[in-house]
Amino acid sequence: MDSNLTAPSATGPGSASSSSPAATTDTTSSRPARISSPWANPKLITGAGIVAGILVLTAIGHAVVDTSLARAASSPLNLPPFWMEGGTLAHPLGTENSGRDMLALLVVGSPMTLQIGLVVGLTSMVLGIVFGFAAGYLGGVVDTVIRTLSDTALTIPSLAILVVIAAYVREMNVNTMAFIVALFAWAGPTRLIRAQVLSMREQGYIKMAKLSALSTPHIMFREMLPNLLPYVAAGFIGATSGGILAAVGLEALGLGPQRIPTLGMTVSRAIEGSAILRGMWWWWGLPTLILMLIFAGLFLIAIGLDEVANPRLRQARPARGKAAA
Amino acid sequence: MRGLTIGYVLRRIGMFFFTIWASATVMFVIPRLAPGDPINAMVTRITSQAGYVENSAQLIQAWRERFGLDDSLWVQYLRYLQSLLTFDFGYSMAQFPVEVADMIGQALPWTIGLLTISTILSFFAGTAIGALMAWRRTPGWLRLFLPATLTFTAIPFYILGLLLIYVFVFTLGLFPISGGYRSELEPGFNLLFINSVIQHGTLPALSIVLASMGFWALGMRGMMITVAGEDYLTLARAKGLRPLEILLKYEVRNAILPQITALVLGLGGIVGGTVLVEYIFGYPGMGALLYQSISNADYTVLQGIVFILILTTVTAVLIIDLLYPLIDPRITYERR
Repeated sequence: MDSNLTAPSATGPGSASSSSPAATTDTTSSRPARISSPWANPKLITGAGIVAGILVLTAIGHAVVDTSLARAASSPLNLPPFWMEGGTLAHPLGTENSGRDMLALLVVGSPMTLQIGLVVGLTSMVLGIVFGFAAGYLGGVVDTVIRTLSDTALTIPSLAILVVIAAYVREMNVNTMAFIVALFAWAGPTRLIRAQVLSMREQGYIKMAKLSALSTPHIMFREMLPNLLPYVAAGFIGATSGGILAAVGLEALGLGPQRIPTLGMTVSRAIEGSAILRGMWWWWGLPTLILMLIFAGLFLIAIGLDEVANPRLRQARPARGKAAA
Repeated sequence: MRGLTIGYVLRRIGMFFFTIWASATVMFVIPRLAPGDPINAMVTRITSQAGYVENSAQLIQAWRERFGLDDSLWVQYLRYLQSLLTFDFGYSMAQFPVEVADMIGQALPWTIGLLTISTILSFFAGTAIGALMAWRRTPGWLRLFLPATLTFTAIPFYILGLLLIYVFVFTLGLFPISGGYRSELEPGFNLLFINSVIQHGTLPALSIVLASMGFWALGMRGMMITVAGEDYLTLARAKGLRPLEILLKYEVRNAILPQITALVLGLGGIVGGTVLVEYIFGYPGMGALLYQSISNADYTVLQGIVFILILTTVTAVLIIDLLYPLIDPRITYERR
């Protein structure tokens, strides 16, 4: 569902999008203008800060924490965090029921989960640009084929097909997982970019470029793509968060990489070990917390990008702020 | 039938069959890409997990005949499509004499019930929140409160489910932990049973509603803002219509329509999320069955579930798409 987050506002107000290129070209042409850059959006910055914060913390963790403790049977079983009775400082966030240290699991798992999201996001974004431009700019049969395929990929519950594919994969690792998820994740960005290319194609400066006999690739990548940056970024973020969502879903069902302790795998094992009813909140709660932070961060980035691309949403904010204060 | 042309209906129905055919074909191809004889591999896998498979010789025999594994791929493929068309998914591999169609038949009503009720609730709650967030006359106290309802938007349904279990089941003990009804009750149309179903269904529904509400709210807010500048609103105000009438008959009426498009696009994701919520709550629907079939390597049940999930979703989307032009008279499909 998260992969579609930007869909209603981006497909809906087609009329509003016509004013967005003006807003973005503003930043490149008039650098000195102080605060007016739409990219200095508080939601965008907060969201990016959260995701970057997690990355920095895990990077520090890799240097400080003994990551070999993330393997099974490396620590005593079922220890609570150190401030609770029975916890030790040797395993500050406790351990789970097959002797993995929670802190080490989080340090190893968080970047793995982000890596899945990143691979899915990048793959989908590149495919989205290629297919979206091909469909929107070339039109005709190409458009029909791409639109049919992306609509199909969007309407079916992709988790269902992913389950079938993942069930037959023998050796699951982080990248295999990411590519399986990416099989369906490209449709969102493709649709988003196609819609924008369609409306942009009719604009004056594109017609001007065509009349000036500029080559098609030049028009696509030098004239149009820079103006589509907020949408490309939105597609990337949508696919990243949708990718993590799908991956965590597959992992919850037991189809994840068994040997790699991603956050989803840790949650999945906690559910299997009925951690909630055993009161072992640190086992399911800590990875869940980080997953929630990741999703919240990506979501804030998505809303922020939406406001960058759609000036009307931005204008609505000060009025609300006044009323609230 | 304003706006709805025969050409559009036919194209839409064609798309419906294409989607089903494409996903069915993918499901036919994937197992055959995996190396080795599928049936032997499955039986070996079950044996290695369960130690002993009841009626395994019978099972292999039944399957060899069923799939006609010595026939050419084309014959197999056509037979496979035929069996899907007649909803004949064969036998469960893990519980041999049980037919897949029966297992799914028991689970499907639970899923459809949960999915329908919670999607309708979250659609209307979210749309109302979004409309109020964008409305100029919304009272100040409500404005402070509304954004808080979006807190759970970014969280996957089933992760929210975990939190709800922790708070309401483990800490407060208010709701039953799992299942669809109290196990000692006989399913039937009586108050006791219905009450039990509601008690068991509240938390799963709540996690879907809370987590997906914000999706509708944000879409609605965006559309309300887009609509807000339109001239017909100025005219309506100038005519002296009451603000509430303007909100409902002019602003909401126009802004809500793209929400239905969003429902079409979001439904697949909601179905996937619901399946996982059911698994977390041990709800006796398709999710629990799916998890069970994965952990038992019960591929026939797995394929049956996946096919039915896709069929249900695509059918729902077809119905919404065909109703859409009736709700939104601005849409005509006469010429593209």
